[in-house]
Amino acid sequence: MLNVIDDTVNPVEPFLRSDRMPHIWCPGCGIGTTVNSFARALIDSKIDLESLALVSGIGCTGRVAGYVKLDSFHTTHGRAIPFATGLKLANPKLNVVVYSGDGDLSAIGGNHLIHAARRNIDLKVICVNNLIYAMTGGQTAPTTPGHATTSTNPYGTFEPAFNLPHLVEAAGAVYVARWTTFHVRQLARSISEAFQKKGFSFIEVISPCPTLYQRRNKMGDGLDTMKYYKEKSKVKHAAPTSEVGLTLNGEIAVGKFVDRDRPDYQSMMRAQYVESLGERYIEEPEAECVCG
Amino acid sequence: MAKGRVSIVVERCKACGFCVEFCPTHVLALSSAFNSKGYHPPHVVHPEKCSGCDLCGMYCPDFAIYGTKAGELKVNKGTGGEK
Amino acid sequence: MKADPHGVLTGTHFIDGDHACCEGALAAGARFAAGYPITPSTEVVERFAARVPTVGGTFIQMEDELAASITLQGAVWGGAKAFTVTSGPGFSLMMEHIGYAAMTETPCVFVDVQRGGPSTGLPTLPAQADMMQARWGSHGDYEIIALCPNSPQECFDLTIKAFNLAEEFRVPVMFMMDEVVGHMTEKVVIPAADEIEVVPRRHTRKSVEDYLPYGSNGDMVPEMAHAGEGYKFHVTGLTHDERGYPNMTPQTQDKLVRRLQNKIRSAADRICVFEEDVIDGADVVVVSYGITSRVAQRAVQMARERGLRVGKLRLITAWPFPEKKIAEIAANVKALVVPELNLGQMVREVERAARGKAKTIGLPQAGGGVHNPDQILNAILEASRC
Repeated sequence: MLNVIDDTVNPVEPFLRSDRMPHIWCPGCGIGTTVNSFARALIDSKIDLESLALVSGIGCTGRVAGYVKLDSFHTTHGRAIPFATGLKLANPKLNVVVYSGDGDLSAIGGNHLIHAARRNIDLKVICVNNLIYAMTGGQTAPTTPGHATTSTNPYGTFEPAFNLPHLVEAAGAVYVARWTTFHVRQLARSISEAFQKKGFSFIEVISPCPTLYQRRNKMGDGLDTMKYYKEKSKVKHAAPTSEVGLTLNGEIAVGKFVDRDRPDYQSMMRAQYVESLGERYIEEPEAECVCG
Repeated sequence: MAKGRVSIVVERCKACGFCVEFCPTHVLALSSAFNSKGYHPPHVVHPEKCSGCDLCGMYCPDFAIYGTKAGELKVNKGTGGEK
Repeated sequence: MKADPHGVLTGTHFIDGDHACCEGALAAGARFAAGYPITPSTEVVERFAARVPTVGGTFIQMEDELAASITLQGAVWGGAKAFTVTSGPGFSLMMEHIGYAAMTETPCVFVDVQRGGPSTGLPTLPAQADMMQARWGSHGDYEIIALCPNSPQECFDLTIKAFNLAEEFRVPVMFMMDEVVGHMTEKVVIPAADEIEVVPRRHTRKSVEDYLPYGSNGDMVPEMAHAGEGYKFHVTGLTHDERGYPNMTPQTQDKLVRRLQNKIRSAADRICVFEEDVIDGADVVVVSYGITSRVAQRAVQMARERGLRVGKLRLITAWPFPEKKIAEIAANVKALVVPELNLGQMVREVERAARGKAKTIGLPQAGGGVHNPDQILNAILEASRC
């Protein structure tokens, strides 16, 4: 049998801080899988990695920032989006990605989520939704479906859950898609598409939390959940977002739900100032006023 | 010769089973060996069926496995195999 | 380096403290502000919103103070000098992010135009009751620098100093105004740009391979890089090592947190600014700051007219607290009188630093109005009888 020199490299490896591997995510957790799709999207879109910045919040998904070899910012709980807004406004040449979890983005970060979507700030938001607050031990999140068992609803949840695609579409997002960690190639393609858009893009990825959500709800391990996603997902491109809510055991609508065009925040800002101030408007500060 | 080859980073594996399940040509199975954390990493049972599609790599949450197409490999006598 | 002339409104102006503060920020090179409306601070960012589009830069009114206090930090890492303004209730909301700025060593300025509290309190009336909060408001061990202007002119001059200290020490600086200083209108002279010294960002010149985001450079202040320059660095609020990677061990914690503290404390002599007036030979020294120092000035004058030997120490830097100066004064006087628009905050520091060598007499006031000079005079008289 012929032997090969193994100098091949995992296509995702150049995007990782290899000195920090192995990571802290549990066996069967889907977050690492989403990172593969993200890396694939970066390769396919030929994004310049030196002008890419990644901002995350707190939680299991928030740890992505520490594992990718990019200018990356692990910020405070719920505040990745406003931090990313500041980054983008100060340096419009940056491609800014927000990579965070469902609790971080829709609970404590909910206000910032809707305002950034309203303003159509040019951010690519990847929301890994494991339907739970995982890092802190499995508490109910705004996305936890009804009748699930969590540590803060030990007798079962009863609150209606957010339908995140519906929420962000209503708030103003220009690109809204949902996939699961089973849909590795479709997710990569959606992320690539988001990079081509100007404005607030939101990609939700349903992901297993085998240690907490799946275990407490007797749904098996990560692999069982991946098979479950394969079985329960239904691709429904352009479905009305009001109809894509998730339930404990029901269908998971996936696909690209919204893809529209609206001027992004910076275009609108520029247009307004040009109209009001004409030639007096100066968009960029002097390059030397910070560093000399 | 197979159209592709799988490389496995044994020490990163947490035996989630995604690669075994989702390989389209069933190249892999969990081995009975252990890595230092006590997990059973996968091993290649049907190398001739590997197409180098890298779906295993796309699914692996631990960046512990990847596929490469044969055209991209160098060939030599000597030890290769798993890392 | 010298100030960028685009931001310097050279000339003689008749403006209030809030407006002067905005001009100070622009003169210092601030080209980004994120804010949220709150009386009595709003005018600072309203002016910035009007000025910055013709200077070059951005103002964004965020949806709350939680956002404003972190958006400005994103802008700093994107390459700008940035600040926000607020008052008590907003200052409370910003506390987590002040801690984040301290932990990640993000140079920036937080302006607090203090008003009556607690809670909604007295939105349009002065107090000086956030002084301890400025120092201790966020959780954990960290150090900040706090400055207290007492006039619109100082709102201009000291805002520049605030930005300069922020850049020199890579620390969030608290600019502690109060409603009276913010809303009083006085002459403010803004010099030519080339007469204004501005501290540049401590940006690294190292190569990508050699650069360590939190490596010490001998003076305990790491060099900075901005996003988009190829350094591919990581910033986190978790306890981290010199690479910026999370490293959550007691050893790393000790090393990091002590450095954050010592980078300020070891330079306290250089950072602390105060104004002293006839302290040699005094029996009583009045220690004050902010608007109260203007009233204290009148009271001290009245006391001297009566033949009393009274000195005055005005704190311009409230934090780090000028312990050495107080200890020195306390050794030579009978008493220290500390009037403040709160029920006793900085007086505690004065008493601590005095170590019993002189009697410390507080003159608290709950806020809502300034002291009457007679009140401070009476305290001086009482102190003289000690």
